[in-house]
Amino acid sequence: MFKLLLPPPLLWALGGVFVLLVLASVAIRLLEARKPEKNWLELKLRIKTWWWIVGCFSLTLLGSVPLALVVFALISFLALKEYLTLCATRTADHVVLFWAYLSIPLQYYWLGIHWYGMFIIFIPVYIFLFVPMRMVLIGETQGFLKAAASLQWGLMISVFCLSHMAAVLTLPQLTGIGVPAQGAMMLFYLVALTQLNDVAQYLWGKSFGKRKIAPKVSPNKTLAGLLGGVLTTGLLGWLLGPLLTPFSPQHAALAGLLIGSMGFIGDIVISAVKRDIGVKDSGRLLPGHGGILDRLDSLTYTAPLFFHYVHYLYF
Amino acid sequence: MNKLLRILFVMLLARPVVRLWLGMTVRHQERLPTAGPAIVIANHNSHLDILALYSLFPLGLIPRVRPAAAADYFLKNRWMAWFATNVVGIIPVVRGGVGAGRDPLAGCRQALEAGEILVLFPEGTRGEPEALSEIKSGIWYLLRDFPDIPVAPVYLHGLGRAMGRGQWLPVPFFVDVAIGRSLCWQENKDSFRAHIRDTFLQLKQKTLPAEPGPDSH
Repeated sequence: MFKLLLPPPLLWALGGVFVLLVLASVAIRLLEARKPEKNWLELKLRIKTWWWIVGCFSLTLLGSVPLALVVFALISFLALKEYLTLCATRTADHVVLFWAYLSIPLQYYWLGIHWYGMFIIFIPVYIFLFVPMRMVLIGETQGFLKAAASLQWGLMISVFCLSHMAAVLTLPQLTGIGVPAQGAMMLFYLVALTQLNDVAQYLWGKSFGKRKIAPKVSPNKTLAGLLGGVLTTGLLGWLLGPLLTPFSPQHAALAGLLIGSMGFIGDIVISAVKRDIGVKDSGRLLPGHGGILDRLDSLTYTAPLFFHYVHYLYF
Repeated sequence: MNKLLRILFVMLLARPVVRLWLGMTVRHQERLPTAGPAIVIANHNSHLDILALYSLFPLGLIPRVRPAAAADYFLKNRWMAWFATNVVGIIPVVRGGVGAGRDPLAGCRQALEAGEILVLFPEGTRGEPEALSEIKSGIWYLLRDFPDIPVAPVYLHGLGRAMGRGQWLPVPFFVDVAIGRSLCWQENKDSFRAHIRDTFLQLKQKTLPAEPGPDSH
């Protein structure tokens, strides 16, 4: 059944991810056997959680759009919940928070009925205006601006930005151009490149990093990590582009560079938010990774930008 | 019949609300008693507290878990009284009833004698979210008669924000639960109350998120 739904390039790509995971799992077992005195728990947890993430992500690509929208809505729900748990919310705003959560099913519903116009303005315009209105009716003015702004920030990051992953998936249906399978392939391209970019930036930074970029925000980010990561992702984008996207070679390379640099920005912006709040990780939902926002930080920037990039160029 | 209702209550209401709608992280689940007689004490900020405590236990044990709750609040009308005693399974405690010559803790004693797991909120009432109120003396009087029964302290973090006093809508926040080692009764009432308070405050530290370190990513 899957074979009918998934185009061969996507099957190969997903197969590649599973091979990588198997290799990682085998490698950690071997390392553990050779050096049992070292603590491998964190890395083992991280790989085990990767299996879960890849499993859930594969579910969204199976070809059933309603199922994918439900999975992405749940991801936004968890991300917003994590953000609000950390954020200093006011007791008075209890009901407002409940309304904020209700924006999640609506935002994904617009995608489900292919209403692009509403999808793109619902949170930045209507929820933006609605939140202060509902807060004003409660009448508490102490900390009003901070409370309204924090909530809107959370909704933009965890609902609006992340919903662009689902928007990439449904792009052919939204615009009536191309075949549905292209959406799944482009989503895979976006998510795989964003995650590989994180890995590449980490490895380049560890190996060659000297000059720190934003030591106050994220002490491990170096210029070598950034440049090496962006170039690696550009190269990967160029290689995978013809396989998974309608991009020309130049557009594919540019998409890779865009994902690489924007992934970095998303990462340090969320780091700055966490520093401001005073936490190291955004939560404990994903053992070995931290919270769900720790894993999706880069995607909050890459998803909307990649969406508009393909929307403008091809759909 | 009541047992079935209580299991259904935990399965269909308590667990979905606490585990799916809110989401809960538990530290040291293994320190929770697996058989009675035993006492579980917890800080109290929300009506959701009891749902959270219930969802810590396996379904098979639910009929043996009995929360003590204020009679004046939960028995104030017929419908609520029926629901509280038959479905939630509370043991009614008459607050401030000592002077009247009745033992407010009689129900709790019976439960312990029957080998049940008693759940108590030693603060007596729901306070402000994340602020610990004064520990009442009731727990000391009860334990004086049962000094060998293990008392597991549980700290609940985040439920007061999800649904505090005067609110009827549970809004999703992640909840953190930390369970401490069993406490022992002490002869001095005030030092025992202080000990409970200190234990809760220590457990509270465990539920708070980690501060950013120099090696932060």
